[in-house]
Amino acid sequence: MYNFEFEKPTTVADAVAALGGDDAQALGGGQTLIPTLKQRLNQPGKLVSLTGISEMNGVSVDGGVVTVGAATCHADVEAGAGAYPALAALAGQIGDPAVRNRGTVGGSLANNDPAACYPSAALGSGATIVTNTREIAADDYFQGMFSTALEEGEIITAVKFPIPDCASYQKFLQPASRFALTGVFVAKYGDNVRVAVTGASEEGVFRWAEAEAALSANFAPEAIDGLSVSADGMVGDIHGTPAYRAHLVGVMTKRAVAAAH
Amino acid sequence: MPKDHGIGAAPKRREDLRFLTGTGNYTDDINLAGQAYVYFLRADVAHAKINGMNMDAAAAMPGVVRIFTGADFEGVGGLPCGWQIHSKDGSPMHEPPHPVIAQGKIRYVGEIVAAIVADSLEQARDAAEAIELDLEELPAVVDMKAALADGSALVHDEVPNNRVYDWGFVEENAAATDEAIKNAAHVTTLELVNNRLVANPMEPRVAIGDYTRHNDESTLYTTSQNPHVIRLLMGAFVLGIPEHKLRVIAPDVGGGFGTKIFHYAEEAFVTFASKQINRAIKWTSSRSEAFISDAQGRDHVTKIELALDADNNFTAVRTHTLANMGAYLSTFSTSVPTYLHGTLMAGNYKTPLVYINVEAVFTNTVPVDAYRGAGRPEATYQLERVIDKAARELGVDPIELRRQNFITEFPYATPVALEYDTGDYDATMTKLEEIADLSGFAARRAESEKNGKLRGLGVNCYIEACGIAPSNVAGALGARAGLYESATVRVNATGGVVVMTGAHSHGQGHETSFPQVISEMIGIDESQVEIVHGDTGRGAMGMGTYGSRSIAVGGAAMVRATEKIINKAKKIAAHLLEASDSDIELKDGTFSVAGTDKSIAWGDVCLTAYVPHNYPLEDLEPGLEETAFYDPANFTFPSGAYACEVEVDPDTGEVSVQRFAAADDFGNIINPMIVDGQVHGGIAQGIGQALRENTVYDENGQLLSASYMDYAMPRADDVPFYEVDHSCQTPCTHNPLGVKGCGEAGAIGSPPAVVNAVIDALQSGGHDVTHIDMPVSPSRVWAAMNG
Ligand SMILES: Cc1cc2nc3c(=O)[nH]c(=O)nc-3n(C[C@H](O)[C@H](O)[C@H](O)COP(=O)(O)OP(=O)(O)OC[C@H]3O[C@@H](n4cnc5c(N)ncnc54)[C@H](O)[C@@H]3O)c2cc1C
Repeated sequence: MYNFEFEKPTTVADAVAALGGDDAQALGGGQTLIPTLKQRLNQPGKLVSLTGISEMNGVSVDGGVVTVGAATCHADVEAGAGAYPALAALAGQIGDPAVRNRGTVGGSLANNDPAACYPSAALGSGATIVTNTREIAADDYFQGMFSTALEEGEIITAVKFPIPDCASYQKFLQPASRFALTGVFVAKYGDNVRVAVTGASEEGVFRWAEAEAALSANFAPEAIDGLSVSADGMVGDIHGTPAYRAHLVGVMTKRAVAAAH
Repeated sequence: MPKDHGIGAAPKRREDLRFLTGTGNYTDDINLAGQAYVYFLRADVAHAKINGMNMDAAAAMPGVVRIFTGADFEGVGGLPCGWQIHSKDGSPMHEPPHPVIAQGKIRYVGEIVAAIVADSLEQARDAAEAIELDLEELPAVVDMKAALADGSALVHDEVPNNRVYDWGFVEENAAATDEAIKNAAHVTTLELVNNRLVANPMEPRVAIGDYTRHNDESTLYTTSQNPHVIRLLMGAFVLGIPEHKLRVIAPDVGGGFGTKIFHYAEEAFVTFASKQINRAIKWTSSRSEAFISDAQGRDHVTKIELALDADNNFTAVRTHTLANMGAYLSTFSTSVPTYLHGTLMAGNYKTPLVYINVEAVFTNTVPVDAYRGAGRPEATYQLERVIDKAARELGVDPIELRRQNFITEFPYATPVALEYDTGDYDATMTKLEEIADLSGFAARRAESEKNGKLRGLGVNCYIEACGIAPSNVAGALGARAGLYESATVRVNATGGVVVMTGAHSHGQGHETSFPQVISEMIGIDESQVEIVHGDTGRGAMGMGTYGSRSIAVGGAAMVRATEKIINKAKKIAAHLLEASDSDIELKDGTFSVAGTDKSIAWGDVCLTAYVPHNYPLEDLEPGLEETAFYDPANFTFPSGAYACEVEVDPDTGEVSVQRFAAADDFGNIINPMIVDGQVHGGIAQGIGQALRENTVYDENGQLLSASYMDYAMPRADDVPFYEVDHSCQTPCTHNPLGVKGCGEAGAIGSPPAVVNAVIDALQSGGHDVTHIDMPVSPSRVWAAMNG
């Protein structure tokens, strides 16, 4: 690790100001950023911790929407998002207790790891990413592996998840990291079903349009029969081939529909 | 009633108190006054010529004490290989130099290119980044078959075809084995890979070199399973320091699994460099470094053929194996695919003809050496997989096929040079059938199928050779070390006992089990016995702990030394009781004269030895301390039968281990709780190898599974509760405790059970799958089902 300055502001405004310098970087739970610093793969001059900002912490429910402060750790989402059980369950499946008590929603969405869980919940729920300057629809936010609509210095302050009629996240574990080898988030809003897939594609999280159409017409596992995603563009690595991941998308989608509540 | 002390009792492990409360004394806990730190600049390419290095900027950076390169070690020896193998044609193996720091050429990602010593680790790292390397990359040699092909790039220019040796065993069997296979009623052939593993002990390696000028002594603190061996190898072969000027201390060690047996470059470096700069130097491996610098395990590619006659009797076994050595010969690397593997290829069976051919190959990868089981898991896996395949091809019950071919008479001389002293393979198989509830399997399978899962049962046997070995036999086979063990038993004046053993405990519980033996022999409380190990300054000599040898060889030495103590103490007691020493009996810590009520307590005799006022000084020296060296007459042969039940999810290929049972014959048992623990840990590692762990290099020699993000260790929820039994006991006939050793059995016996079970599950679902290579990962299972 190289040396760096450290600031822990208590308001969003102070955080934005602190991030103004050239080589300042936001620090959420540090579960991604700190390992890269230890490996000396990253050399920020200043880290600005967001976890001391009370307006960015906590889970609230209002008018059919669960709002999660971006600095809320996964364990607090698991405990506090009871109004949206699939979201709480997703948070409870991330990493191990240490990771869940440090890692934050904002950090996860800002990082947009192609195998992370939260992006599928955000995209699958049609969530709104709230930043210090604007609100971004999930459909516009994710722009491919590790890439998002965030501008330099922009901070995610909260995420608004509309509560669906029913939903489920089904995660097939990558055996080593236990991130998602393939994870599928299915959420039903009236006649409109959203299916978001993580872990599988080289483009990061994506919506599976054919499955959404089939499930919007008939919200039942059988509706997926005969549908498949192409292996082209799927991730191939030592844990699974593109064909395997493409296959898992179908299996996990079916299971998510069956489990949705 | 179970015993509450002595042999067979199950006291809790006394060492766990400090381990579990964070008060252990591991090497990294040691910090010496004024110590400097070393950061090793490691190669990030697998194969390259080093044309130049510019260190001017680095050397001028703050805190830098000195930067060492290969040139500093030109007059110094290389790291030695401890076992010489001869090829079929009689020629000795190729043994190119293994430098402490790369000299002129880089041969694997992770090899040390330069060592930066600085006041702090961060300063050393900063300086390392300022070193400019002028490298000329060469094509990397990764795949063994490609490495052997003519025209392949050479890891060592002087080793043609990258072939270290081409070993045949037993050569006299070769022609007859070929003939038997040609004439067999049935031959089952299987090609398989024994996947390469990273050992991953919880504690990474650490080394601290400490030279003290006033007495010209070097001390090395290191995470070693055998500090005396390190002292001998490093002192005599690498640095030229006589043993009386070199002390090696391996304090608490957090797991070894084989990878801490070997003598490593980092140990030689800190010892050497500490003298150069007259200052202690510390190195602590990071986990990332461990992945690219700890010797790795397994990595065999094998073709095995099993011949059977018309009555399903095994008539011959023939194998051809490629064994990956990595880029250099690590300390015991050459023995693993040969004498620790070929000699076990008879297994538990009376196959009359066995012929093994092993080609060892250099590649541009981390050196490979012994890992829990070392050669014996590779042997067991091949044999027990091919037997299962044969049973399937012949449509016979796999258990019956094994039973029919069991060795039943002992001692038994195998066609691969071993003589099994005792065993009862039928008994362990019968015990297994009981504890694994095999009769309930059909019902459990039906239940799984109701839930949409395929259920499979896998059974196998294993035998291992432990307690290595008679030194003269090992020597004749190429070992460059003796394989005895020593123990010094020191009785203090007030009756307490200190045992200095050459065995080393790094998780095995010696501090608890060894005192149980002394307690049994003398009749004093175990709390009166202390075990000292891991310090060449305190114990006479030792060959260390590996190959499940500690109790069988180290324990035997301790028994011999204690017998000497008891003999002498009896003489003292006889003097005090005015009786003949042949009439003295020792029981429960009291000496008595047979047939009388005259007695004297252990403590009084000990005190007399050190306060010899009334003492036969003309016949007997004062004091009570004895040393014994024990060289075993033979290996020991633990054996057993294992059963695994898995469920396979046909949609995803995911395998989950539902039940696992192990019936082992370890001979006599000192502490059954510790034995259970050893078996549990071994099975977890075996399940890890079978289902999860894999060390993968890309074609450029870059390690793809270089962290826990990609190297899948087994976790608690990957393993079931185990049924473990060791009530079948055929004691070893040639060591004084009748013990066989239990440290590796679990890791040896479990992988074939898991894979056999997966194949059984798939077959039950109508999938014509006869083999899947380990790790049997979900994607591989799914591909096999859909291939
Ligand atoms: C062992 C382990 C297992 C894990 N398993 C899983 C898993 O199963 N599923 C999963 O989804 N994830 C997993 N993770 C990732 C973890 O969940 C974290 O959420 C993730 O690492 C990022 O969150 P963080 O708060 O730690 O962010 P940090 O590491 O602090 O930051 C990550 C990046 O986001 C930026 N950032 C942080 N907060 C904000 C913000 N509010 N606005 C803008 N930018 C910001 C930082 O500058 C940095 O670039 C795992 C991590 C570990 C270490």
